[in-house]
Amino acid sequence: MARTQQDYDDIPGTFVFDAERSREGFGINMFCMSLMKDGNRKAFKANEAEYLKRFKLTPEQTDAILKRDYNRMLELGGNIYFTAKLGATDGHSFQQLAAMMTGSTQQDYAAMMLGGGRSVEGNRSRSGKVAKASKASAKGPGKAKPKSSGAKSSKAKSNAKSKSKSSAKRK
Amino acid sequence: MAKIIAGVGSSHVPAIGAALDNGKTEEPYWKRVFSGFEKSKAWMAETKPDVAIVVYNDHASAFSMEMIPTFALGCAAEFPPADEGWGPRPVPVVKGHPALAAHIAQSVILDEFDLTIVNKMEVDHGLTVPMNLLFGQPKDHWPCPVIPLAVNVVMYPPPTGHRCYMLGKAIRRAVESYPEDLRVVIFGTGGLSHQISGPRAGLINSKWDKSFLDNLSKDPKKLTRIPHLEYMREAGAEGIEMVMWLIMRGALDDKVDEVYRFYTVPASNTAVGHIILENKSKGKRPSTAKSAAKSKAHGRRLAAARKTTHRIASKGT
Repeated sequence: MARTQQDYDDIPGTFVFDAERSREGFGINMFCMSLMKDGNRKAFKANEAEYLKRFKLTPEQTDAILKRDYNRMLELGGNIYFTAKLGATDGHSFQQLAAMMTGSTQQDYAAMMLGGGRSVEGNRSRSGKVAKASKASAKGPGKAKPKSSGAKSSKAKSNAKSKSKSSAKRK
Repeated sequence: MAKIIAGVGSSHVPAIGAALDNGKTEEPYWKRVFSGFEKSKAWMAETKPDVAIVVYNDHASAFSMEMIPTFALGCAAEFPPADEGWGPRPVPVVKGHPALAAHIAQSVILDEFDLTIVNKMEVDHGLTVPMNLLFGQPKDHWPCPVIPLAVNVVMYPPPTGHRCYMLGKAIRRAVESYPEDLRVVIFGTGGLSHQISGPRAGLINSKWDKSFLDNLSKDPKKLTRIPHLEYMREAGAEGIEMVMWLIMRGALDDKVDEVYRFYTVPASNTAVGHIILENKSKGKRPSTAKSAAKSKAHGRRLAAARKTTHRIASKGT
């Protein structure tokens, strides 16, 4: 069934974890939760595909987990606080995961954060309808520059797993 | 009569906890963050509250996807630090204040806020990081008992900002109808702008954050009208947790003294924001005729509500 369209689906590069995704992603999130136990982490690492059979997952969800396609996991109902547990099992910090999801190296991502983070300008709206800061917020200059910052879908971004093994562990 | 004397807003970035636990506070990156809390620690040491109410959110530690309470009040005698995947944080067990917590639960539920009551719960960085920032790193015990209030901001939709603000007001009424003389500080935690999920991760909006802090101090009602969509669009998907600050703000006077503010970018993926707001009548034992009358009126309302509840219950049987 196609996803019910929501106003917040207009936010680029963002998969809002709503009640619909929560329902769909229950298996992904409970799998991630199981990784809080050391014995489960070992069992998963020993045979990932076999371990995943313990959970109710669709073939797409299983595939996304095995490929560590974090954006796809979010799209299919995973929640970041849960998928971060899979990241931790792989030895990745939160910031490394964030770098993966944005398709950049950890160094580039960390440098962006030190430089003040990703600007909201040009990142407000996919449709370009909302290019300026709204009234309740700061009176930002709001240059409209609709730039498609990802969210096209995870496929383009799934160079994830190959990257960010680097060590610079500043979080 | 117990009294809320001040509110504290603070980010609860997990990496701050990791930096504390791994002795990195002197590294320049982290020193920039921690130096902003030196004055706050001095303020807290001087203020010496009898109880702290800490509004925070759980991050898949105590609550999985099996249960997602919107507001969960910790009524237990103690709350052990949760194992978030690297072993529990080396911080003291958080002692509760079961008597005041039970009183708050009873009062706010009759005041039409349907809280979930939690009698057994572990607490994660969402609660313990702000405590470290304000109380330092005590070895054996925290300086005061703590009542945790966990808010769902993980699954959309969290409660609205307006609902949070009104809950703050109900908590204040509850505290002020508690007979023992206690000086209470309330924390709102989380935020400020950040997004840690999806291709837009790394979003920071300092302008928006500053405006949020300004309004929090001077015109909080304006903030209660911000829709969720705007939080997510302007402050990042996870920035929506800033609604929790409105519970803290609702529990304070309409007009407050802003005694301290700090803001820095980044800590890990997040803009760190911090504010201390004091009620004008801080701490002195009550009770102006007005507030006594108010609290009496509240007592009467609760008594009436109890009767109504009782009537409904007996009708049903």
